[in-house]
Amino acid sequence: MNDSQGEPRGGISRRGFLAGTGAATAVAGVTSELAPATAAQPGAAPAHGPGPVLLQLTVNGQKVNTNVEPRVTLLDALRNYLDVTGCKRVCDRGTCGACTVTVNGRTVYSCTMLALEARGMDIRTAENLGGAKLDAVPAAFVDNDAQQCGFCTPGFVVSLRAALDKNPNATPEQVEAALAGNICRCGTYEQMRHAIVQLCKKGG
Amino acid sequence: MKNFTYHQPTTIAATLPLLDAEWGKTELLAGGTDLLDRQKDYVSQPEKVVSLTGIGGGFREMSSVSPPGVFPPIITIGAGVRLVDIAESKLLAQYPALVQAAGQIAGPQIRNMGTLGGSLCQRNRCWYFRDEHVNCLLKGGRKCFAQEGENQFHAIFTQGHPCVIVHPSTLAPVLIAFGASAEIAGPKGTRTTPVEKLYHAPVKETQREHTLAPNEVLVSVKFSGGGPQFAKFCNASYEVKQKETSDWPLVQAVVAFHFEKDSKIAKGVRVVLGHVAPTPLVSEAAAKSLEGKEVTEANAGLAGEAAVEGARPLSQNRYKVQLLKVAVKRAALLAAGVKPYWEG
Repeated sequence: MNDSQGEPRGGISRRGFLAGTGAATAVAGVTSELAPATAAQPGAAPAHGPGPVLLQLTVNGQKVNTNVEPRVTLLDALRNYLDVTGCKRVCDRGTCGACTVTVNGRTVYSCTMLALEARGMDIRTAENLGGAKLDAVPAAFVDNDAQQCGFCTPGFVVSLRAALDKNPNATPEQVEAALAGNICRCGTYEQMRHAIVQLCKKGG
Repeated sequence: MKNFTYHQPTTIAATLPLLDAEWGKTELLAGGTDLLDRQKDYVSQPEKVVSLTGIGGGFREMSSVSPPGVFPPIITIGAGVRLVDIAESKLLAQYPALVQAAGQIAGPQIRNMGTLGGSLCQRNRCWYFRDEHVNCLLKGGRKCFAQEGENQFHAIFTQGHPCVIVHPSTLAPVLIAFGASAEIAGPKGTRTTPVEKLYHAPVKETQREHTLAPNEVLVSVKFSGGGPQFAKFCNASYEVKQKETSDWPLVQAVVAFHFEKDSKIAKGVRVVLGHVAPTPLVSEAAAKSLEGKEVTEANAGLAGEAAVEGARPLSQNRYKVQLLKVAVKRAALLAAGVKPYWEG
């Protein structure tokens, strides 16, 4: 059922396969992204797709390019086309929060946003909190043993970082409210609460 | 999901020619939190998706105007405004019902993505409708499976409705209680209509839960407390949910009225109910019950009793009748400024 990643659903008919390869060949040379607007109307929007179109994103401060079909979600583009695998695919229905990333500073469910919609925006994933110096949020998770299986953790730390960036003086209650869109099925909420108290004392 | 062509026009004028005269092949995309779910489940399989996220200006802005003598201010909210911006707006101090309703929608991520227009024009959440394999009345089938099936979250005002969904928007009942009007752009120009008239109970595949034509776009909504000068506009929205966040209300009640000068007598009462019928439901009976009275616990309770008059619940949702009574009572008391003594 992962056909938003670009696979046709329910097998490929011979005709569909031939049509598909034709389209793919065509877009390899000229992506519709680069096609000039032909309509006279100001603000008119050319069609992108249904074949792969050029996608340029800014992920964790870096400009990256790939080609995706319009139906590919931001989550699948990040994970499966751009090798940014911090964000996780769990419910794929905008409910569990494992896919949480920030877009222009605000948390979103990347599974419920088309990759094309994220063009020109500042996308930050859990990877942005790691690197040479571990961000205070994942560090507090480590200090307080605030994960078990860890699958929800990238979403939680992104939501938590965004909450503290929005309000560095947030109370633990306000931070918890900002995590209401993330679910931990192991139930490590108590340890996360300890991490939150630690972070709030430090002022983010 | 089925693949599609994608368009991202930057003006409403450029959006309109991209739309079809019939539902089905083209869908508008705003926050995507409803549409993408439907596409993934093959409930909607558009061939063309027209994104509204490239449109700027008034479509994405909220404004407040106070001409001399007008209080509270007249508010205009573009359909593209995000739910989080409504929930955190400083312009809406006189309109707590809208702030309360917007701030309770799902979780933070959904509020960061979802828009006012999306909230008002989203499709229903009936699990039969949302199931790819069920051909219900709204998908061209012959039968509403909720009538005799799993209907614990469905309508309790069911009379005359072949399809017993509840309308999913919690902002629509608030705006209807405010007497809001909607600005709609279409191929013949722009029209204005009361938000109340945006809704009807759908009974077939060729209808949506709203009355917009397939080639129309909701541009903005406008409202004002509109009471007499020096009146205090009182309003509140109260929802009962199973979970504190990321859940749909079981019932919602919105109550709005005026206090004239220092009076404590409710005037111009409006009561609108959510999640109990296929449309947001204006309760004339509850409004009449409270009109001209002091908003005491007893009188608010009577308004709750009046609100459920005529309810015809289904096999699994009789519990909603009691919840609705309580929701109306509490919304009326909150609107009057009573401290929520029911919060433990």
